[in-house]
Amino acid sequence: MRTGLTLVAAKQDAGREQGVWRRRFVGVLTELAIWLPLSVSAGHVVLFTAWTTWVSFTASSLMPDYTWVGLRNYWAVTRTANFQIAYVNLVIFGFGFVLLTMALGLLLAILLDQRVRGENVLRTIFLYPLAVSFVVTGTVWSWLLNPGLGLQRVVQNLGWQDFRFDWLVQSDKAIYTLIFAGVWQGAGFAMALFLAGLRSVDADLVKAAQIDGAGPWRMYRRVLLPTIWPIFITVFVILLRSAITSFDLVRALTGGGPGISTMLPTLVVYDFMFQRSELGRGSAAAVLMLLSLVVVMAPYGLYVRWQRQRQARA
Amino acid sequence: MKWTRVIVYAALIILALLFLVPLGIVVVNSLRSSREIAATSLIGWPSHLIFANYGQAWNRFCMAEHCWGIEPYMLNSLTLAIPATIISTLLGALAGYSISLWRFRGDQFVFGLVTLGIFLPEQMKLIPWVVVLRELSLMNTIAGLILIHTVQGMSFTTLFCRNYYVGIPQDLLKAARIDGAGFFRIFWRIILPLSPPILIVTVIFQFTGIWNEFLYGVTFTSGGQQPVTAALIALSAAITSEPIYGEQSAAVLIAALPTLLVYLFGGRYFLRGLTAGAVK
Repeated sequence: MRTGLTLVAAKQDAGREQGVWRRRFVGVLTELAIWLPLSVSAGHVVLFTAWTTWVSFTASSLMPDYTWVGLRNYWAVTRTANFQIAYVNLVIFGFGFVLLTMALGLLLAILLDQRVRGENVLRTIFLYPLAVSFVVTGTVWSWLLNPGLGLQRVVQNLGWQDFRFDWLVQSDKAIYTLIFAGVWQGAGFAMALFLAGLRSVDADLVKAAQIDGAGPWRMYRRVLLPTIWPIFITVFVILLRSAITSFDLVRALTGGGPGISTMLPTLVVYDFMFQRSELGRGSAAAVLMLLSLVVVMAPYGLYVRWQRQRQARA
Repeated sequence: MKWTRVIVYAALIILALLFLVPLGIVVVNSLRSSREIAATSLIGWPSHLIFANYGQAWNRFCMAEHCWGIEPYMLNSLTLAIPATIISTLLGALAGYSISLWRFRGDQFVFGLVTLGIFLPEQMKLIPWVVVLRELSLMNTIAGLILIHTVQGMSFTTLFCRNYYVGIPQDLLKAARIDGAGFFRIFWRIILPLSPPILIVTVIFQFTGIWNEFLYGVTFTSGGQQPVTAALIALSAAITSEPIYGEQSAAVLIAALPTLLVYLFGGRYFLRGLTAGAVK
């Protein structure tokens, strides 16, 4: 009898022990599932940033070489013609691209907001460039703008022999072809955000303005657009960000040329790192790019936080 | 119809045509012979329709010393984009779930770091990735690109899923835990079945992003290992001496087709992902 009881107890003990181990195992597995992906993801952001920043202060050339050289890479990079042209271009391209994309996007949004038929089809058309790689669209634009094959040739074939449209191969005009292709690609995105904004405006507000006798022009200028001004800031920042980081478009359309006339900061980084094999200088150029992004994004981040706090208080 | 309506429609139709011009020209040129294009211009109707360009572009024409068309590069892009999309989406769902519902000390801080990855330009990660890929002997492999896109993609997928899961009431989780369900069972039985709307958005966003990506492809792979975006650039650089615009147009169209189809059939979700990824 007694032996039987102890046997049962022992069995229970063993069962409990098994349960404990099982639970421990599941517990470890849970911790792993939580922490492994998150630490890899968060870790790569922090570590890689620190790593590249560190390399930018070292004598690395073809291979990483962790001899400290202070700001030497930064001085060297900022003195190159590539770098200086790239940042002048960034200002031209950045503002041209951002402002024109916003203008065209807003125009499209307002046009589509007039309760038109076939809105879905039109929206699909205005947005499709975003679904396609810049490599594809850049290649196509490079053909159309190619004076020997594209628009210039077509017009000349039609009889206007003196017609010139060769901006792609003119070093002082090629940057505008980038703006043009960029606007074509990005306008749909701006349109989508503006349209969503216009549609979200309080219907009562619109009705009140209509009762006051506001025509469509006044309605947009005085009521709708001022109400959605936060969207303007959002679109502006997003587009400026994509201008600073744009690489595929310029690579496919001009490749930085003619000469180095359409250099952009991303191309400078790539050129230093992989064509000249100067990892230290390439990293310095990358850090400078990151800094220019921070200059744009930091005020926006603060603004978003301020707005959230204001909403929380309201 | 009032004249303002006429103006609205006219403007919309003209703009829509302008947006369609590049696509239309590529489609038409893919049906013309390269000789005809070189003799006239890139813009014109075909004198007679030619479908041979597609066959040439797919697996016959030569680029960079190989005469295998873009087929191998398309397959590279597929074997890259599909696994990377699935893995990064699942990991993002898991991470989003642990941050928003399971909760742990410092979850918001970790989330902040992960989403900083969206903002960090790729140029800051190139050298570390070169070193990491070399250490893992994944340089010039599709597996290496899958690793990169999975790690990077988690910034977006975690953000998407977390923002969606925040809307799930915490009480649901509490009830499940009282019933004895653990981390995995809750994820599998409760969270994932609630997730399809956000998973579709995430998958579409990731797939188009990875398919269209160019910088990593051109930096970390070469020759026959390249995804199709990188190969297309190599192609247009290689054939300036002997232009074959007909075949090239067909190649460009084939390369653009997967994301175009995804966009046409999942446009709503595509846009949602685009705005969700951008607004953060």
